[in-house]
Amino acid sequence: MKKATGSSGKIRTETLFRQSLIAIGVAMVILVAGILFTLILESIPSIKHLGLKYLWGTTWDPLNNVYGAAPFLLGTLLTSFLALIISIPFSFAIAIYLGEYNPKGWLSNFLKNIVELIAAVPSVIYGFWGLLVLVPLVRSLEMKLGVLPYGIGIFTASLVLAMMIIPYAASLGREMIRLVPAPLKEAAYSLGATRYEVIKNVILPYTKSGLFAGILLSLGRALGETMAVTMVIGNTSLIPTSIFAPGNTMASVIANEFTEADHTVYLSALIELGLVLFLVTVVINMIGKRIIKRFTNE
Amino acid sequence: MKKFLGSLKQKVAAALLIVAALGVQTKVSAQDDKTILGAGSSFINPLFSKIFADYNQKTGIQVNYQSIGSGGGILQLTNKTVDFGASDGPLNDEQTAKIGVPALHIPQASGAVVVTYNLPGENNNISLTPGIIADIFLGNIKMWNDTKITSINKGVNIPALPILVVHRSDGSGTTAIFTNYLSKVSPDWKAKVGGGGSVNWPAGLGGKGSEGVSGLVKQTPGGIGYVELIYALQNKLDYAKIQNKKGKFIVPSIASVTAAGNVKLPDDAKIFITDTDAADGYPIAGFTWVLIYKEQNYNSRSSARAKELLKLLWWNIHDGQKFCEPLNYSPLSKEAVKVAEKILKSATYGGKAIL
Repeated sequence: MKKATGSSGKIRTETLFRQSLIAIGVAMVILVAGILFTLILESIPSIKHLGLKYLWGTTWDPLNNVYGAAPFLLGTLLTSFLALIISIPFSFAIAIYLGEYNPKGWLSNFLKNIVELIAAVPSVIYGFWGLLVLVPLVRSLEMKLGVLPYGIGIFTASLVLAMMIIPYAASLGREMIRLVPAPLKEAAYSLGATRYEVIKNVILPYTKSGLFAGILLSLGRALGETMAVTMVIGNTSLIPTSIFAPGNTMASVIANEFTEADHTVYLSALIELGLVLFLVTVVINMIGKRIIKRFTNE
Repeated sequence: MKKFLGSLKQKVAAALLIVAALGVQTKVSAQDDKTILGAGSSFINPLFSKIFADYNQKTGIQVNYQSIGSGGGILQLTNKTVDFGASDGPLNDEQTAKIGVPALHIPQASGAVVVTYNLPGENNNISLTPGIIADIFLGNIKMWNDTKITSINKGVNIPALPILVVHRSDGSGTTAIFTNYLSKVSPDWKAKVGGGGSVNWPAGLGGKGSEGVSGLVKQTPGGIGYVELIYALQNKLDYAKIQNKKGKFIVPSIASVTAAGNVKLPDDAKIFITDTDAADGYPIAGFTWVLIYKEQNYNSRSSARAKELLKLLWWNIHDGQKFCEPLNYSPLSKEAVKVAEKILKSATYGGKAIL
């Protein structure tokens, strides 16, 4: 543990530190590029066999080598966005309460830890909880609504997903709200604004890009979630006809079928599903970045 | 500083441990003839664990079996990283082509698939014919009180419940046996769906794994699904009697599954024994096979290693069979053991028979 002495030692440390940062940054880029490259390479047999039909085909039949990803693409987007819509009121409420109303003290800390714990629970546990607790509840709801009482399906999967992604937007939102400069808020209060008005007119406009980034983070998590979804979504390769109908997601199909995919085109079709999921995530992130930029430029 | 040194010491110790562990690892995977490597079927893993532990005590030969699924086992055998693979289904054409040289299928034990259901008040009372099962899974029969079902279940009080079909969502040997059976008994199924580890299901919901299927069936009055016999026995699920080829309604059991394999088998044992000709055999049964190369002299393996492998497999199909029943597996039938013996004797090293 010799301390670096003298300016040359300091400079060496600086250079070393900078270089290691660059190396790690480059490694990340290479990793992502490598993943994309491998996905494309391994998808080639499937692309050759099916072409673009793969994207809008609705039949998934491994025995006859016919693969269409449309039902799973639709299932992924439906469950993710539905989960996002359900989770936003909760995550924003948590963020506002912990960021503004009750930022300090044991209760605040306790709640904060509980919310973060939600993110730490393994997804298979959510899956079993969904299957054994939520499914019967949804089934009785469906009986009242007069739809086919499967209990499992797009809606149940979205509920489970919504619970799982609450902490991401909530934690980021809380940090953002706490970073709002006190003088801004105090100025508003001194003009006679109520707490609600301060939140509505000062805090939310000031933090909206951060809040949106939190939403984006949640969405990314929802798009890729596998285990919890596959246990409650019903795993049918039919196009879902309503939000209560069973369906399937891309990640869930990959997890279900990868280990026993016993011929080349089948395996390749599953990898192509991974490629599509990768591209969907990239596109959604790009759109999200655009929106954040728009917000902050105003 | 002291604290730092302390933690450094711990780290060094941990690193040394890891290095030591890696050393042990390489030793196991090296070509030492006291360790035999296998990989594949997770269905047979509990049985293999027991058999191999006992074999180790008796002979000192260690068997390192990885339960990674049949597909993975076949892949590892193809890549020659294991001595044997284990699979719930025979090699398909593409897998055979990839292996390139003759591979032997040696039956190890029998398993069965049962039709489990949830009808309030009716425990193990329901009988089903092959035609009814196919029609249910095709989505043609939609209600439990369909006359096709009630006419063969006289005296059983069948409620007017809608049928909810549950199948496996993950690719599996269980599905392969079940759909193979349906393809044999229903031309309609063969034309529309076919047999395989993952198929395009015309009706119903998918549950992940046996626990996913049985979870959904248990929760839904009117639910029907299929699981391995072992899983049904261990979890006390309700299952149906099924009519076999000879017209008898058979309760799935260890004995009736063994009986299903007591028929004339082809010389390579590469056959699904579903829809058996045996009069007292349960019709939805299948073998789990060990797969090995017919010519054992490859990758500069020693003849001693080949010999140990063959001795182990010989032991599996004879003495090893006594471990089947306590673990709810069905032992091989006499006919199956005879064929398996012949197959093992056909294995060669440098062109010469090993056993």
